[in-house]
Amino acid sequence: MMRLTPRPYVSPHQLLLVPVLSVLLSIILGGLIFAALGYNALDALYQFFVAPLSRPDQIGNLFVKACPLIIIGTGLVFCYRANIWNIGAEGQLIFGALGAGWVALYLPESWHFMMLPLMILGGMIAGASLAAVPAFLKTRFQTNEILVSLMLTYVAGLVIDWLVRGPWRDPMSFGFPLTPYYPDAALIGKLSLPVVGKLGQLHWGILIALCVSGLGWFILSRTLAGFKVRVAGDAPRAARFAGFSPNIVTFSVLLVSGALAGLAGMVEVSANMGQLQPQISFGYGFTAIIVAFLARLNPAAVILAALIVALSELGGDSAQIAMGIPKVVTGVFKGILLFMLLAGETITRYELSFDLRMTGGKMSRGDADV
Amino acid sequence: MSPDREIPLLTGRHISKRFGTFTANDDINFDIHAGEIHALLGENGAGKSTFVKLVYGLLSPDEGQFLWHGAPVEIRSPQAARDMGIGMVFQHFSLFDVLSVAENIQLALPAGISLSEVKERVITVSAEYGMTLSPDARVGDLSVGEQQRVEILRCLLQNPSLLILDEPTSVLTPQEADQLFAVLRRLRDDGCAILFISHKLDEIKALTSKATILRAGKKVTTCDSASTSAKELAELMVGAALDNSMRTPPVLHKGADSLFCVAQVSRPAATAFATALQDISLSVMSGEILGIAGIAGNGQTELMEVLSGEAIGDVTAGKIELDGVSVAGLGPDMRRQKGMRCVPEERNGHGAIINMSLSENALLTASHEPDNVSASGLVSWVKCHALSRKIIGSYDVRTPHHDPLAGSLSGGNLQKFMIGREMMSRPRLLIVAQPTWGVDIGAAQAIRAAMRRLLEDGTAIIIISQDLEELLVMSHRICVLNQGQLSEPLPAQDVTAESIGLMMGGITNSVSERAV
Repeated sequence: MMRLTPRPYVSPHQLLLVPVLSVLLSIILGGLIFAALGYNALDALYQFFVAPLSRPDQIGNLFVKACPLIIIGTGLVFCYRANIWNIGAEGQLIFGALGAGWVALYLPESWHFMMLPLMILGGMIAGASLAAVPAFLKTRFQTNEILVSLMLTYVAGLVIDWLVRGPWRDPMSFGFPLTPYYPDAALIGKLSLPVVGKLGQLHWGILIALCVSGLGWFILSRTLAGFKVRVAGDAPRAARFAGFSPNIVTFSVLLVSGALAGLAGMVEVSANMGQLQPQISFGYGFTAIIVAFLARLNPAAVILAALIVALSELGGDSAQIAMGIPKVVTGVFKGILLFMLLAGETITRYELSFDLRMTGGKMSRGDADV
Repeated sequence: MSPDREIPLLTGRHISKRFGTFTANDDINFDIHAGEIHALLGENGAGKSTFVKLVYGLLSPDEGQFLWHGAPVEIRSPQAARDMGIGMVFQHFSLFDVLSVAENIQLALPAGISLSEVKERVITVSAEYGMTLSPDARVGDLSVGEQQRVEILRCLLQNPSLLILDEPTSVLTPQEADQLFAVLRRLRDDGCAILFISHKLDEIKALTSKATILRAGKKVTTCDSASTSAKELAELMVGAALDNSMRTPPVLHKGADSLFCVAQVSRPAATAFATALQDISLSVMSGEILGIAGIAGNGQTELMEVLSGEAIGDVTAGKIELDGVSVAGLGPDMRRQKGMRCVPEERNGHGAIINMSLSENALLTASHEPDNVSASGLVSWVKCHALSRKIIGSYDVRTPHHDPLAGSLSGGNLQKFMIGREMMSRPRLLIVAQPTWGVDIGAAQAIRAAMRRLLEDGTAIIIISQDLEELLVMSHRICVLNQGQLSEPLPAQDVTAESIGLMMGGITNSVSERAV
């Protein structure tokens, strides 16, 4: 049997060194794979790690890619900290885009000064309402939230497909499944930075993302609500003993993560597309699960984790475009990189031991009885 | 028997074990012979558990050597220890919660024994030793006491030549303990050596022939336990003369009305292995200690949940009143605000969160205090830290550094922290389960003294415990919980350990009818 026991002390050096080593190891492994497949390993690694950072506009695009991951990842951190497994952020993102899109397409012109706040509200309510389904079923009938939230993702995908092909389709779209363009008031503008000016496609949404992450950190570590979430996830019996209702926690974290996924959907469409189409997300809702864990379920670290994941995505694209490396190979390398980071992180914090004996489990966990 | 000229079964020579800068075992010499029951005595942190873990191969010594039948051995793992013929019953159990009793035992036996065969052996051996156990019960649903029976049984099925028992009687009634002792004596007569760890000195005197006493990691002495008095043993253990005045029962607070009252409360069993509570009635006055005796698994956990408010949804009938006002519909936090404080039996994950700091654990039952949490829901970790420092200071909690994780405290220190946390608020009613379980004598006295100080302020206290000696010393009235039913309380001076023990075992019963 394998088991992980928390190390009593981890030095700050190790915490800094291990991710560097993890990246180095995956570079070596990845280089070997690229070389074995007949590509120039150095070129491939350059495309992966350097090319996406080589020009200011590309750095801007990196943040554009990271933006939805940060927003969704922060929400998922709340769920996972509470031991609630929301796997359906992708569907909640789509619902958020629909909620915001409904506001954008149908809000009377006299109300346009309120457009973006109402779209944010619409997106968050729509995302949260989809997440309320697994919350209700779990608290009422003890259903498994993983299954319910995941299956609702497919429902959401079909709903948006139907809307953009049917009731919401732009009559002038020549039969393409697209809604009309949003009015200007419903678009999130490009961000112009003081010295460098515009950076690629970088938009105001990134500020929303940074605020969400900061606020998430504050709530989780500084408020009673955040404390309740952590206790409920870590020791549900202690939470009941303290009088923290498990049902309220379950509902809250699912609604928060659903609302944030919905917000990400609103930002994504308003900043990058300007209209609804059948495909509005590139698996952000699923990728954000990796982001949340890479961040060790710390909302503040979600920013860095999202940037790393975004870099690996953009690097993969760039290697495909520049060198014709197949998508599956870049995917493998991406997987190796994330695996190394997570594994490195895990063995830094935990001690791995193998044993075949029966004793274990409870023995080592609590008492430092000597 | 086993004269000293024979080669000892197991010898430890200059055994030392260090954890970082902390020396848990310091140059310990130890002999145990076949056919000998040998006590290992010492306070929490004296190094007993470390020493037996070395013997059982869970740890390896930094210095020193073990000899088995006179030949040097290295005990690399518990598997190696079991192969040599060493069995161990742990204080903290090592059972898989999701598996049944029989499955847990099957895992410890050599491969190739069918489950039905194991079940048969469980039934015969447990009957032989007077320990009732259903082989099909899920271990996770068993009480602490029943889980320990599984542990003991598992070792006995392996026919060990050295059996180590880490505080085996802490959850047994006197009668059950006597039955266990009969078993142990029979094993001894068959030539098995038994290393017996206990805090209960009368047991050690009754059962063992030799006692090795550890203090602060060093061996104090090995003495003849029969010819050494219990008082001498205790003094050797703590290194100071004991304060006998702590043993006198406290004086009853006169003229007080019933502060807390429970009438005809029933709660159906939540799972197949939980105990249903039937018609529970009790009352306790301001300044009074009510003791509830009973063997684990007779409804203690369920009763605690009813009293604390964790089980508000499950209570089907009856009244629960504080000061004549019903609290039956209030959850744990609301009852806490009314001055009802509870300390559950289980520390890990129930009364405390072992992965969180003591500050966070202090907040767990103090989140309604405006000092700690503002009206807008902001937590003041500075205040929580100050609260935890205050608990640590007032109740002599020994911590490795200023705000450690709860899990890094020893069991006894965490217990002091949990009880201190609830006492700090000067509660009107304190309900404590197993207040001194696994706590050394010094700390147990401190906890008892602190509870008595609360009485002077008019606090009412309910102690749910299996430690009869403690209940007799502490309580004004004692009742017995047996199979989910609570007996009428008796004044403590009218009962003896023997009579209560018989009631706990369900042998005689002053309760109305016995549940079938």
